[in-house]
Amino acid sequence: MRTKIEIKNIKKSFASDQGLLPVVEGIDFSVGDGEFVAIVGPSGCGKSTLMNIVAGFVQPDEGAVLIDGTARTKPNSKGILISQHGSVFPWLTVQENLMFGLNGHAQLDKSGLADHYAAIVGLKGFEQSYPHELSGGMLKRAEIARALVVKPDILYMDEPFSALDALMSLRIRNEVLRILAEERHTVMLITHDVEEAIHMADRILVLSPRPTRIQASFDVRIPHPRKLTSPEAQELRAAVLRELGVEE
Amino acid sequence: MSKLKQTLPALAVIAVLLAAWWGTVAATRSVIFPTPWQVVTGTIELVKDGTLWGHIGSSLMRVGLGFGLAVILAVPLGLWMGWVKGAYVTLNPLFQILRPISPIAWIPIAILWFGVGNASPIFLIFISSVFPMIVQTIVGVHTIERRYLRAAENFGVSRYTLFRQVVIPAVLPQVLVGMRIGLGVAWLVVVAAEMIALRSGLGYLIMDSRNAGNRYDLVIAGMIIIGLIGLMLDGGMRVLESHKLVRWRYAH
Repeated sequence: MRTKIEIKNIKKSFASDQGLLPVVEGIDFSVGDGEFVAIVGPSGCGKSTLMNIVAGFVQPDEGAVLIDGTARTKPNSKGILISQHGSVFPWLTVQENLMFGLNGHAQLDKSGLADHYAAIVGLKGFEQSYPHELSGGMLKRAEIARALVVKPDILYMDEPFSALDALMSLRIRNEVLRILAEERHTVMLITHDVEEAIHMADRILVLSPRPTRIQASFDVRIPHPRKLTSPEAQELRAAVLRELGVEE
Repeated sequence: MSKLKQTLPALAVIAVLLAAWWGTVAATRSVIFPTPWQVVTGTIELVKDGTLWGHIGSSLMRVGLGFGLAVILAVPLGLWMGWVKGAYVTLNPLFQILRPISPIAWIPIAILWFGVGNASPIFLIFISSVFPMIVQTIVGVHTIERRYLRAAENFGVSRYTLFRQVVIPAVLPQVLVGMRIGLGVAWLVVVAAEMIALRSGLGYLIMDSRNAGNRYDLVIAGMIIIGLIGLMLDGGMRVLESHKLVRWRYAH
C-alpha cells in the first residue's frame, strides 16, 4: 500500500499559566492510501491538537506532515476536516452548502453534483432546506456530503459522531462505511469511542495521556460488515480498553 | 385572537392614562393644557390643511438621507475594521471617543458648517446613527464562529467567495441590529435637530405650535405622531430581521 500521510516526529507545546505545556510529544506514524486509521485516547490527551496539525490548521513546533511525500503546512481541499460541532453554514441551504467547496470549478455542473451527494447521504428532498430546519443527524449527513462532493483524498474526522445519539451514530457510521466502500478515501478518525473505532477502522492507534505519544497499535482484521458482538471484536475491544487503562 | 388578548393590557394602560389626563385637565380647568379630544381635533385640523403630511415627509426625508449615508459608510467600514486588525486598532479608539458625544452637542458645529438648511439635521442624523452601526458590524465580524472560517479555509475558496458566502452572511444579522439601533437614534435626533431653525418637519411643528400661540394640542399631537412613526420604523426593521437571509440567526 502506498503511503498517503506520513507524520514525522510531531511535537507541540502550548503556553499556559504554569509555563510551556507539552501536548504532543514525538508522534510518528503513517497512513496508507485508502486506509482507515482510528486514533483513540483519553479525554484531553491532545487528540484534537494532533488532528489539527495533520489537517494543517495548526503548525507543529517540531516535525512535519507529509502528504503524498510533500510537506504540507496549510489546510486544503484535498483533506477535509469533519469536526464534532459541525461547520455546515447555517445561512446557506443544503445545496448551497454542498456547492460551497466547488467554487472555482466553473466547468462543473455544481448543483447536479451537489444533489447527487445529497442523495447519497439520504438528504434527497432537503436540498433547498436550511440547516436549522434539519435534525442533528441530517446536519451531520450534510457535512459529510459537503466533504465528499469535493472528492478529497483524505477525510479527517474529529469525533464526528459524538454529538449524535447512539442509534443515529450507528446509522451514520454504517452509511459512511457504505460510501467508503464505493469511493476510496483515506480516513483518519479521532474518537474516544472504542467500539466506533473497531466498527470502522483498519487500524487503531492508542494514544497515551498528555503529553501524548502512540502507546499501542492494533490491526483490525475483521471483514466488513462487522459485528461488534463477535468474539474477536470483543477481544479487541478489551485489549484496546486495557491500553487505555480500563479493565472490564 | 390571542394576539388581541396580548395587546389588551397595553391598550388598557393607555386608556387609563388618557382618562387620567382628561380628568385632570377637566378638574383643574386648565386653559393651556389640552384635553385628549382637543389633541384629536388639532390633528384633524393639521390633516385637513395638509401641513401634517409635509412635516412628516420632511422629517422622513432627512432621516432617510442621513441614515442612508450612515449605512453606506458604516457597513463597509465596519467590515473592514472587523476583518483587518490594523484598521481596528487604528480607528477604534477614535470612534470610541466620538461615539458617546450626544448628537445634540454637535448642533452648534452643524450650524456653523452647514447653516440652518436641510444639511444640518441630515449631518446630525448621520453622526448619531453611524457609530452604533460601525460598532455592531465590527462585533458581527469578531463573533463569526471560528469553525465556519476554518471550513472556508479548508475548502480553499477564493477571497471573494469567503466574503460573499461566509463573512457577509454571517455578519448580516448584527448589521441589521446595528441598523435598528441606528434608525431609532436617527428618529430621536431628527426631531431635536428640526427644533433649531428649519421651516418644516415634526420637530419644527412642535416648536412652531408652541411659539405661535401656545397651541399645546398641536404640540402633543406632534409628539404622538413622532412616537407612532418611530414604532412603525422599528416594526419595519423587525420585518427585515425575519428575512430568510438572516432568519438562521433567530431560528433556535
